[in-house]
Amino acid sequence: MVPFAGYEMPVQYATGVMKEHLHTRAAAGLFDVSHMGQVILRPKVSYQETALAFESLMPVDVLGVAQGRQRYGIFTNETGGILDDLMFANRGDHIFVVVNAACKGADIAHMTAHLSGVCDVVPVTDRGLLALQGPQAEAALARLVPQVAAMRFMDVAILPWGGVDLWISRSGYTGEDGFEISVPDAQAGALARALLDQPEVLPIGLGARDSLRLEAGLCLYGHDIDTTTSPVEAGLVWAIQKARKSGGARVGGFPGAARILDELASGPQRIRVGLRPEGRAPMREGTQVFALDGTPVGEVTSGGFGPSVEAPVAMGYVAANYAEIGTKLEGEVRGKRLALTVSAMPFHPTTYKR
Amino acid sequence: MKYTKDHEWLRVEGDVVVVGITEHAATALGDVVFVELPEVETVIAEGDEVVVIESVKAASDILAPVDGEIVAVNGKLVDNPGLVNEDPLGSAWFFKVKVDDLSVLDEFMDEDEYNDLIG
Repeated sequence: MVPFAGYEMPVQYATGVMKEHLHTRAAAGLFDVSHMGQVILRPKVSYQETALAFESLMPVDVLGVAQGRQRYGIFTNETGGILDDLMFANRGDHIFVVVNAACKGADIAHMTAHLSGVCDVVPVTDRGLLALQGPQAEAALARLVPQVAAMRFMDVAILPWGGVDLWISRSGYTGEDGFEISVPDAQAGALARALLDQPEVLPIGLGARDSLRLEAGLCLYGHDIDTTTSPVEAGLVWAIQKARKSGGARVGGFPGAARILDELASGPQRIRVGLRPEGRAPMREGTQVFALDGTPVGEVTSGGFGPSVEAPVAMGYVAANYAEIGTKLEGEVRGKRLALTVSAMPFHPTTYKR
Repeated sequence: MKYTKDHEWLRVEGDVVVVGITEHAATALGDVVFVELPEVETVIAEGDEVVVIESVKAASDILAPVDGEIVAVNGKLVDNPGLVNEDPLGSAWFFKVKVDDLSVLDEFMDEDEYNDLIG
């Protein structure tokens, strides 16, 4: 067990990081992510007014998210850096938001400060959050909640189980198909046990959660993205919809718009890229990256061994002129410069059910 | 077999000492994915960082338990780091070190003492 964002969390269960990782990719893994923040934005007047106000915090099209659908969001600051990344869902008469554990206090304060004129910002403090991930997640969960089989990637639904409502989304952070399930505290243990009773499911700790999201090319807040990295530098341009870009219906109007729109137009100075070390030595966070002529060009922000890739994988920021896929660079590990290549992400193909 | 407080085992073969890590250490490290060995003929002093082990969790070092000269390293670990988890007390030895005087081993723990340490 290790301290993590104010919670005691298991790095691994008895199975161990490697097998937990591979099991999630082959069958289904259950993650306790109850430390994450769940928040409801309940409109005072109209959903549309709340959605537009929420857009003032993010370079994201909130209004265009249909009822029953979820989207990835990014809170930006005035200098175009990232305060947090999050998921939000249109649940008809309100917005449901899931934020990172380490940021949840600040996020709730931020939303309250900017949105309380149009909606109540209500932290959900009486529900746990479980993630069930992997190609057999649907089969396992459908035995308890048959309706989940009809959900597609990024759908959300409120479905009954054991006399309570589960708030289910078909999403996750492993690159696999799967679900995140918000459950009342009193039933969270029973739901976890019911899922672990399914033959496909093993419990998975933080270690494998990290290697799974790294292979999927997904950012970890505080490591790969933070208040200094812009969404464009972070390669999160896909999360900025047309409506908020130059020429769009609701261009700008979010914190840091000047920098972010400028970077969208003329390209950022540095870009987050995938990095594949050529040898077996993992290149971990903080590893300095150099061009072959010795010029410092960047730094690894996440790195380790990819159990499914069967080789070390990393991501980090490099100067834009070194970011092309296939570029040969070097990373310094224990005083030695070792070869690495700028590579496409994800490192392992995703299996979302679209 | 002798044991160090850093969870290494030491086994005498003629006038050399074979060094590996204990099962307790291998379990604590987790799945080993990378091993970097010293060069043969390297002269080492007690406490030197001679081997780098990386597991899925973190990087760690094996420290030289004694003064001496490396006379052999186990190249199999470079290609198959997982051997450290599968057979830590046998085929996953790390290096062999030639020492001047085998009596330096007397200061290390025997199996019972080591079991007390990790118990």
